[in-house]
Amino acid sequence: MSAVLASLFASGFFSSEAVQIALGVGVIVAIVAAPVGVLTVIRRQSFAGHAFGDIGTAGASASFLVGLTPLWGLLLANLAGGAAMEGAGVERARSRDIATGIVLGAALSLAALFLYLDMTSTSTTGQTVTILFGSIFAIPTSTLPLAGGLGGVVLLVTLIFARPLLLSSVSPEIASAKGLPVRALSLLFLLTLGLAAALAAVTIGTILSTALLIGPAASALRLTKRPLSAVLLSALIGIFAIVVGIVLAYDSYRWPPGDRTWPVSFFVVMLVFAAYLLSGVPDLVRRRRQDSWSAAGGARSGAGQRSTGDDRSTGGQRSGAGQRARGHEPHHRGGAGPLGEMEA
Amino acid sequence: MFEGFMVDAWIVGSIVALVAGVVGFFAVLRGSAFAAHALPNGAFAGAAAASLIGVNVLLGLVVFAVGGALGIGVLGRRGRHDVATALALVAMLGLGALFISLSAAYAPQVYSLLFGEILGIAANEVLPTAALGLACVLVCIIIYRPLMLSSVLPEVGSSRGISTFAIELVFLVVLAIATAMTVPVVGSLLIFTLMIGAPAAARSLTDRPLAAVVLSSGLALLIVWVSIAASFQTDYPVGFFVGTLSAGSYVLGRLFSGFRGRRRRYLHRLALDPSPGAPSSGGIC
Repeated sequence: MSAVLASLFASGFFSSEAVQIALGVGVIVAIVAAPVGVLTVIRRQSFAGHAFGDIGTAGASASFLVGLTPLWGLLLANLAGGAAMEGAGVERARSRDIATGIVLGAALSLAALFLYLDMTSTSTTGQTVTILFGSIFAIPTSTLPLAGGLGGVVLLVTLIFARPLLLSSVSPEIASAKGLPVRALSLLFLLTLGLAAALAAVTIGTILSTALLIGPAASALRLTKRPLSAVLLSALIGIFAIVVGIVLAYDSYRWPPGDRTWPVSFFVVMLVFAAYLLSGVPDLVRRRRQDSWSAAGGARSGAGQRSTGDDRSTGGQRSGAGQRARGHEPHHRGGAGPLGEMEA
Repeated sequence: MFEGFMVDAWIVGSIVALVAGVVGFFAVLRGSAFAAHALPNGAFAGAAAASLIGVNVLLGLVVFAVGGALGIGVLGRRGRHDVATALALVAMLGLGALFISLSAAYAPQVYSLLFGEILGIAANEVLPTAALGLACVLVCIIIYRPLMLSSVLPEVGSSRGISTFAIELVFLVVLAIATAMTVPVVGSLLIFTLMIGAPAAARSLTDRPLAAVVLSSGLALLIVWVSIAASFQTDYPVGFFVGTLSAGSYVLGRLFSGFRGRRRRYLHRLALDPSPGAPSSGGIC
């Protein structure tokens, strides 16, 4: 038993303070990312979620320049970016991607400048990699309570506004017909998304934060259509990816090339990606079975209708089977529940 | 500024700008800004892999970008398109992070891959870049009509027997090659500002597709030339100038089209209302 444990966890895994902080921040981020991510996927704003990662790059590199903790820079940049995206017209579906892209591009060009100044003004040159790809083992202890507090704020906001946010995401028309302030809700959502993206960026880096935000939520929504179970499932997938990623990265010191660890963000991203691919399997199996089922059922029911007189009883039975199979079709196309209808 | 090593930079920069202007026009038209952002990031992983195993960087760029394009196309067929793009993007970036940390590339090298280093363009990159660029533009010309139709009216396109999926896949591959060849110049993070900013600005200036393509290529060319000159003079990264100028040109284009739209509405109102002192505030719009 202890041999198995020793091969699973490299020595010093549990006693290292860096690992403890990494696990703490990672689990907080995974939990916070779940409800925000589910809303993001439902609203089809993955690009905005990704844009926040890149906008955060500008903030984090600027905060390196003035000597602040990167999380503050990430936060300020993302809040400003959220407001800018809303102002540039993210809500109009046609121009949404372009508006997001322009804000994101402007932020990235600032990031290029700040990182360049970082590199030339200080003697160290590692910030580019640290900011972009994360360094979860180098999170300062002071970030843990800050991340916890911010995560609490995000969770509280999404909890309080859960119903209006969900309704305005699934169907903006119904929401505005009911008198909900759709525009304000969308700004609120963008700001929440910005906060969550900033938290995710601290753990696995700005340009990879999308993985934690979108991946678990998208996988969960492929497995269940009910929002609450999707959020719970998404949190579980996120926590799994983070914890296993940290363990593997810690172990990877013993892997080739031998003198350094593999990046945590690589493991987390790959685990999230694998979860997304695996989450498509049940749907694929169901679809295939139903395709063959309805094809066979449809042929038989046709035969059943043509056959008259002598074996009416079996024909009727078979056409019944055909109808049952056809009855399943809307189920696998759009999925059940309120979210399924929206997806169709 | 125009001596020796800089000549290659000017030539490659111009090719890249022209191709970005043409391909970017279709990217904006199809609303595939996210894919245009995702593919160069995948290409970045390819560059990291190429430097890890010691092959030509351009080869790594093209292989990974095309692989990413096929991945987005196939994944996006089943799931949600934006989710598929986001996940393909981060999967490739995650690989890139691994390759970088394994090869222990110097941080400035990583930086120049991400944000561009036009002054580091080698003479032997000119010919492959030109060939790839020509191929991209040629494919765009060959599939121009079905591409336009399936971009603007996908339903009509598919009713005429144009496979939306095939067009999407071909276009993604063209986009991938165009971005892969742009990575060494403006860096993988900022190519897409050039590809989106200039064409979006051109589209808000004119409604005719051909004029928009020409205009967007011209704008992209201007942006790249000014950026190279500014980067040479100030030593600041070329990506900074490209990104800022592209975003700026889009804002100017939007302002101009807003102004034109208001003027047109005003003239329209004057035409509707024969009395010369037509009220300019309030009214039908």
